[in-house]
Amino acid sequence: MSTIFDLSQPGRNAAAQCADLDGAALARLPEAALRAASPALPEVSELQAVRHYTNLSARNFSIDSQFYPLGSCTMKYNPRGAHRAASLSGFLGRHPLAPERASQGFMECLFALQEILKEVTGMAAVSLTPMAGAQGEFAGVAMIRAYHRARGDLERREILTPDAAHGTNPATAVMCGYTVREVAVDGNGDVDLDALKAAVGPQTAGLMMTNPSTCGVFERQAVQIAQVVHDAGGLLYYDGANLNAILGKVRPADMGFDVLHLNLHKTFATPHGGGGPGAGPVGVGERLLPHLPVPVVAQHEGGYRWLTEDDVPGTIGRLSAFAGNAGILLRALAYALMLGRTGMDRVSDFAVLNAAYLATRLKAAGFELAYPNRAATHEFILTLAAQAKAHGVSAMDFAKRLLDFGMHAPTTYFPLLVPECFLIEPTETECREELDRFVDAMIAIAEEAERDPEHLRTAPHNLPVGRLDDVKAARDLKLRWTPG
Amino acid sequence: MSDTPDDLRYASTHEWARLDDGGVVVGISDYAQDALGDVVYVELPEVGQEVQAGEEIAVVESVKAASDIYAPVGGVVEAINEALDDGPEIVNQDPYGDGWFFQITPDDETQLEELLDAEAYAEQCAAEQH
Repeated sequence: MSTIFDLSQPGRNAAAQCADLDGAALARLPEAALRAASPALPEVSELQAVRHYTNLSARNFSIDSQFYPLGSCTMKYNPRGAHRAASLSGFLGRHPLAPERASQGFMECLFALQEILKEVTGMAAVSLTPMAGAQGEFAGVAMIRAYHRARGDLERREILTPDAAHGTNPATAVMCGYTVREVAVDGNGDVDLDALKAAVGPQTAGLMMTNPSTCGVFERQAVQIAQVVHDAGGLLYYDGANLNAILGKVRPADMGFDVLHLNLHKTFATPHGGGGPGAGPVGVGERLLPHLPVPVVAQHEGGYRWLTEDDVPGTIGRLSAFAGNAGILLRALAYALMLGRTGMDRVSDFAVLNAAYLATRLKAAGFELAYPNRAATHEFILTLAAQAKAHGVSAMDFAKRLLDFGMHAPTTYFPLLVPECFLIEPTETECREELDRFVDAMIAIAEEAERDPEHLRTAPHNLPVGRLDDVKAARDLKLRWTPG
Repeated sequence: MSDTPDDLRYASTHEWARLDDGGVVVGISDYAQDALGDVVYVELPEVGQEVQAGEEIAVVESVKAASDIYAPVGGVVEAINEALDDGPEIVNQDPYGDGWFFQITPDDETQLEELLDAEAYAEQCAAEQH
């Protein structure tokens, strides 16, 4: 496919629809602010531009067009109703600096979302400001740090993470100035309690955990783990990445967690991918209340007001210019209200049922589960090590070949502890026929691996581009393209 | 089967170490480079940096994963293999030779004896592969 620059012809444009250039305004600009040469923009007709980008967009893999079982990412459908609610002109036209009295409707919405998230997680308070999961994690660990400092407990320099933790967990701990100590998990995907007991001490600031873990299994000793860490004076951080599996069933606060972040772009069905915009609200128990990031919406004299640094003097501060990704927060509220209490419960029912159904059918078809003794949660892991050994085809080859079947590949090679790892998360929004189609594709690819492994190794065959050279892409970075 | 030369010592975290003229040369094993796949980037320590045994000191990144490299012995970093900056693929091509990462002047040479010998390390790799 040609680039938009290839289509360019000098002088071709659609200027009739441009705003009139105000020559007088241009003349008032200082010399230094004016370009010496015109920018290298493509010169095309409006129709050419529309066609070009429409055709490009049709080449995307997306949840609107393909099954997207990308493990640990919860690529569920984003309901159009939520998009429509967030697109009401009152929301779109609201200025972020508008005074509280002119923003009561918007603030009521944020307050309602705070309350729903509190109820779902069991936490004492929620701040919606973090703009993404990573920022939510940062806020959470920054609060743990603020808590220890406020108590004059300055020797706690270590954060523990199970080796089945999300890769972002150790990264967050390092960003917050901690050193990381890994704790092993056993063959069934549970944290090794003895190793944990040996690792905690007066240096322990906290433990970061994802539950269900990235092994796709529910950590059964969560309460004992919390006990060990609390006894050592540390706090517990819950990474909400996999909350979809336990929504309405188990509350992180009841498992002993002191602080968490939620990925609204996963569990609460807001748009996702391409770098954002995400939303990573944080929830805290009583101990971390004084450190919550601001602003937070509070009820006040029959209406709502912003809590700021004056109200929360021990706050870790602000994480975004205003109140977070407002449009995303509104979508999450609309989604939660559409579900209601009963629906919230059914999300995890069907997320787990769909994963268990896929795991059972794939196992029956001869695929090997990485944790055969454990029930699937909202996701599960296949190990394709046997296929790799027998036919020289890797998990990556399976992943690439799935693209030819019109399905996005599952997460590959993560978590790292499983060889030739395939982490599959169907989400609750897929119907049975779609799940069956995936199983059929996997069976067809496994047969192909025996008959014609080379066909897998060179896949994809039906896409606009063939196998990408990801080694060259990483070693030989080209971040700019300049028209020739 | 991956190659585990007898004259080296190995850490359970897949680094190899070789005593060479009073310095300890460190790299990653053949098993490790094979498991990582094509190496695309290596982050090396600073020359002169002091390290403790078991401390994270470098990072190796492949198309599959980024992994920490731990110092098998404590001491001072004496030299680093700058060729890896432009040629990370050397780690895959020659893990025990030109693909070395750094050299440490050890505080205590006997720390080397606490590492695994080739046989014990090969056993560990076989167990992991299963």
